[in-house]
Amino acid sequence: MTLLQVFFLVTAAVMLVGSWLVVTSRRLVHAGLWLILVMAGVAAMLVILEASFLAVVEVLVYIGAISILIIFAVMLTRRVMDDSGPQSTPMWWVAGLVSLLLLGGLLAVFARMPSLLVSSAELPADQATLLSDLGRSLVDANRFVLPFELASILLLAAMVGAIFIARPEAGVEGGEDK
Amino acid sequence: MIPLWWFLALAAAMFCLGIYGVLSRRNAIGILMGIELMLNAVILNLVAFWRYLNPSVVSGQVFAIIVLAVAASEAAVGLALIISVYRRRGTVVAEEIDLLKW
Repeated sequence: MTLLQVFFLVTAAVMLVGSWLVVTSRRLVHAGLWLILVMAGVAAMLVILEASFLAVVEVLVYIGAISILIIFAVMLTRRVMDDSGPQSTPMWWVAGLVSLLLLGGLLAVFARMPSLLVSSAELPADQATLLSDLGRSLVDANRFVLPFELASILLLAAMVGAIFIARPEAGVEGGEDK
Repeated sequence: MIPLWWFLALAAAMFCLGIYGVLSRRNAIGILMGIELMLNAVILNLVAFWRYLNPSVVSGQVFAIIVLAVAASEAAVGLALIISVYRRRGTVVAEEIDLLKW
């Protein structure tokens, strides 16, 4: 077992424990912090996969923006569920059954596909060429410019929509104080 | 080196934990956290397939970037909706937001 494999297994174990705590921990702020740990684990996995740009973007966008947004939302809506009462629905065992069945099905499919046993593939060129190719492909009219522009329009629309929805109603000062 | 199915098994486990969170959480923000877990698993999957099966074509990474953009907009709109609902009805519990339910 190589050092890289040991690193992978340790990171994977940390990620799975973190994911479990994200979905089960009673305090949502703690769940948000565990989510940050899981995202850091995903970034480490992307480093192992030699997708350096995506690893940095994962840290910037997920850890830097999305998880902070989530923790902010948890704090803004804190008083309601304030860690009292059950945090999961009475039907949680059905949810567990569904997800276990899905996991079992996926693993069974993996076990039947010998093509998934590949353990290495050479990167064609050095990382810098690969990265500049990625950048060019996003603005190349023959490749991915359309999905890229659609994603930017989607982001713009989501931003405008988020501001419009979350805006306090006209004439109400400090709208969230009921 | 690490076999491909290790990454796939990890991503599948993360995805299923995310589904469990989405289905079992009562708090709407907890549901959003489950969705973020699932999207992270998808990104991991896409990049692993790119790296092991076709590293000379960048489409795997491009799709991972698209998933990132979708995740960002989903988080922004979802949290804005939750905060707006909280203002109007004073709750973030998913089963109490039942105006359209009969």
